[in-house]
Amino acid sequence: MGSYFSEIFLGLKSLVIGLGITAKEFFKPVVTVSYPYETIKMSERYRGHIELIEDEEGKPKCVACGMCQRACPSGCISLASKSVEYEVEVKGEMKTKKKKVLTQYNLNFTTCSLCGQCVESCGFGAITFSKEYNLASSRKEDFHFDLLNRLKERNS
Amino acid sequence: MSGPIQIRSDETFTLNVGPQHPATHGVLRVKMQMDGEYIVKAETVLGYIHRMHELMGENRTYPQVLPNLSRLDYLGALGYTHGHVLAVERAAGIEVPERAEYIRAITVELNRVASHLFWFGAFVMDLGGFTPLMYAIQDREHILDMLEAVTGSRLTYCYYRFGGLYNDVDDDFIAAARAFLPRMRKSLKKYDALVTGNIIFRKRLEDIGPISAEMCRKYGATGPVARGAGIDFDVRKNEPYSVYPEFDFDVPVYHECDSLARYKVRMDEMEQSLRIIEQGLDKLPDGPIMPKKKPKLIKPPKGDYYQAVETARGSFGIRIVSDGTKNAYRFKLRSPTYSNMSLFDEACEGMMIMDALAMMGSLDLVIPEIDR
Amino acid sequence: MSLTILNAVVAVVIAIAFAALNAAYLVWAERRGAGRIQRRPGPNVNGPLGLLQPPADGIKLMTKQLMIPGGADKALFMVAPVLAMAPAITSFVTVPFSDTIVAHSMNIGVLMIFAFASLGALAILFAGWGSRNKYGVMASVRAVSQNISYEIPMLITVITIVMMTGTMNLKEIVAAQSGGIWNWHIVPSLSSPLMPISFLIFFICSLAETNRAPFDLGEAESELVAGFHTEYGSMGFGLFFMGEYANIVIGASLITILFLGGWDCPLGLFPGVWWFLLKIYLLIFSFIWIRWTFPRTTIYGLLNLSWKILIPISLFNLLLTAGLLKVF
Repeated sequence: MGSYFSEIFLGLKSLVIGLGITAKEFFKPVVTVSYPYETIKMSERYRGHIELIEDEEGKPKCVACGMCQRACPSGCISLASKSVEYEVEVKGEMKTKKKKVLTQYNLNFTTCSLCGQCVESCGFGAITFSKEYNLASSRKEDFHFDLLNRLKERNS
Repeated sequence: MSGPIQIRSDETFTLNVGPQHPATHGVLRVKMQMDGEYIVKAETVLGYIHRMHELMGENRTYPQVLPNLSRLDYLGALGYTHGHVLAVERAAGIEVPERAEYIRAITVELNRVASHLFWFGAFVMDLGGFTPLMYAIQDREHILDMLEAVTGSRLTYCYYRFGGLYNDVDDDFIAAARAFLPRMRKSLKKYDALVTGNIIFRKRLEDIGPISAEMCRKYGATGPVARGAGIDFDVRKNEPYSVYPEFDFDVPVYHECDSLARYKVRMDEMEQSLRIIEQGLDKLPDGPIMPKKKPKLIKPPKGDYYQAVETARGSFGIRIVSDGTKNAYRFKLRSPTYSNMSLFDEACEGMMIMDALAMMGSLDLVIPEIDR
Repeated sequence: MSLTILNAVVAVVIAIAFAALNAAYLVWAERRGAGRIQRRPGPNVNGPLGLLQPPADGIKLMTKQLMIPGGADKALFMVAPVLAMAPAITSFVTVPFSDTIVAHSMNIGVLMIFAFASLGALAILFAGWGSRNKYGVMASVRAVSQNISYEIPMLITVITIVMMTGTMNLKEIVAAQSGGIWNWHIVPSLSSPLMPISFLIFFICSLAETNRAPFDLGEAESELVAGFHTEYGSMGFGLFFMGEYANIVIGASLITILFLGGWDCPLGLFPGVWWFLLKIYLLIFSFIWIRWTFPRTTIYGLLNLSWKILIPISLFNLLLTAGLLKVF
């Protein structure tokens, strides 16, 4: 008989303690951020899709070696380059040398898993993560980025 | 209250707790033969999210498989990546500097707390209380913000590399982690008062869903499921790896075998993880995070290598069979949730459907990890 | 003659409008209250403070396609939501808001309200059976057994009150409590020392009768998808929803009238309709508070609570009050 009443009493007490906790939380301030009226600052190392980095003259640092293309697990990166000849002075006489210039750098973001193998494998520091998160769209083509064009648009 | 019950009539109907259901936490299908509210027979059907991670491990080079491991169990991703990285380092013979091992241990334990918090919220929501989910997610936000400041991702991390880490932690992370510890301990007390002591919650979980130690051994269940049945097995203590022998922590074991025991095991595990984080932050040595001589191309010598780690759900094992080339010959993942899930068919016979779903919640299932 | 008919019609229309407006805006109050308990704002986009959210939801529900599952029992399927909403709203006709504001005061007011409340169980049964869905049938079976078990302690407690005041007329029950907080039925008096326990029993029973958490097995979201209203689309769901909130207002009004003195001021100074409304809304806030704090009980826990705890205690209280009334 005694346990019947003590069980009821202890049960009611636990319920009242629970009610007290939610009452305390009722008066605390709101922790949400009303996006899109307020936005949060992204952290430094946030991983958005990759972007090309330019040097002092505004040209991309990428020498089209293709390491990032080989390192990517999902085959997102496709780049193309062309050979150009240029004149350089060596020991007093002009010699022509060839170097590769980047003509196209496409990123298919629909298959990218943001693993960072491309950024890590680049020996020239030419690509880095961006801070883009506002990417919602209704067409797949919006996620096929032409990074060289984006670099040109950023610089112009 | 809900042990084996005599089936009163021979008229049963089939209820399909289908792939889309709020309680199954993923795409899991359970075909149940019901007699009124009691389950006569249950059969789980898997395979709705099979993504062939093991085959991808065979077709890609070792560094290219790194992002796959996070997608297995996305709630406790760092634990799985840790296992993979340790296995390949053992295979290829790569030395890991001590600072990297300590940071790996700290981040894995933070991820374990985040995974248990999410499990806690989802479990109580299954039982009908919607508010603790919101509180748990707020606490989890702090952890995810800390890990985002270090790794750049919030859920599927690709932070560990063979030999160490991708980039180092800074002082902000250490300060934030130290500030997080007392806040989390206060929250744990709040959950104790709001949920664990609540009589409605206790009546929902006490003596519900008994899983005996013998059944755990039969199906190979590990992790909190086995520790709630009295089996004292934790890979961090029984088969130590990485830098865990340096830490002083307990392994919570309860012997009641019901859902409340499994719940209490996980809540205590959160407290023990906080202890490990505290000790890790105190003992963090200076130094590099990648070894000096890191091989450019990872080609382990021929052989069979296995590494087991303790994740939030149990003992995750990864077996790499290498034939000397840059792709693995066989990449086998031993999923703890698969073994935990297999005992559901036998354990839920004769239970009411409410209790069976409460038991399923206490098993802590993440279906993409079962189907890999 | 025509003036009294006009009076009666206007009174009834106002009562029904009050009930419907409450049902619509209680949703807003619940969502904002739940949001604050969970430390988030709740609806705040439609209109200032989110006050235009219920009309927006109403328009959305009315413009959706009303689907009837194939093979469903059409008559039962269509009647169920109406049967859930109509009795709750019509019970308002006899609830007195103050000394002079009542649509139609009846001598058997208590009996009439409980008669209408019992129809709610029938509505749930029609909904679950008529939608030809296994989840629906299971949920409605649970909900009907819950409804029936919790009517009994409720009625026993009401019989105790009726014995103490000697009348079933709601206005007279309130009039017997006038004069301040020490006259209210919740305060233990010489002839009924266990009244606060009666209040608690009646409170728990009204939570269970209206299918609110922690007793919301009928709509147990995470187990049975959506319970007995799984198959209901636009306005059918809307009617169930509003019917539940109308029931809550009726429950709160009954508690106020029977235990808390109706429109009486705690100090006995300025009785009026504002006290009645204040008390109703405080009780409704406590309903919301309880819903968002506790998890759901199991079906056998629920039935145990009713048959093994609430009924014995309320029967004991009834016998004790009957005995003490003879003495004092």
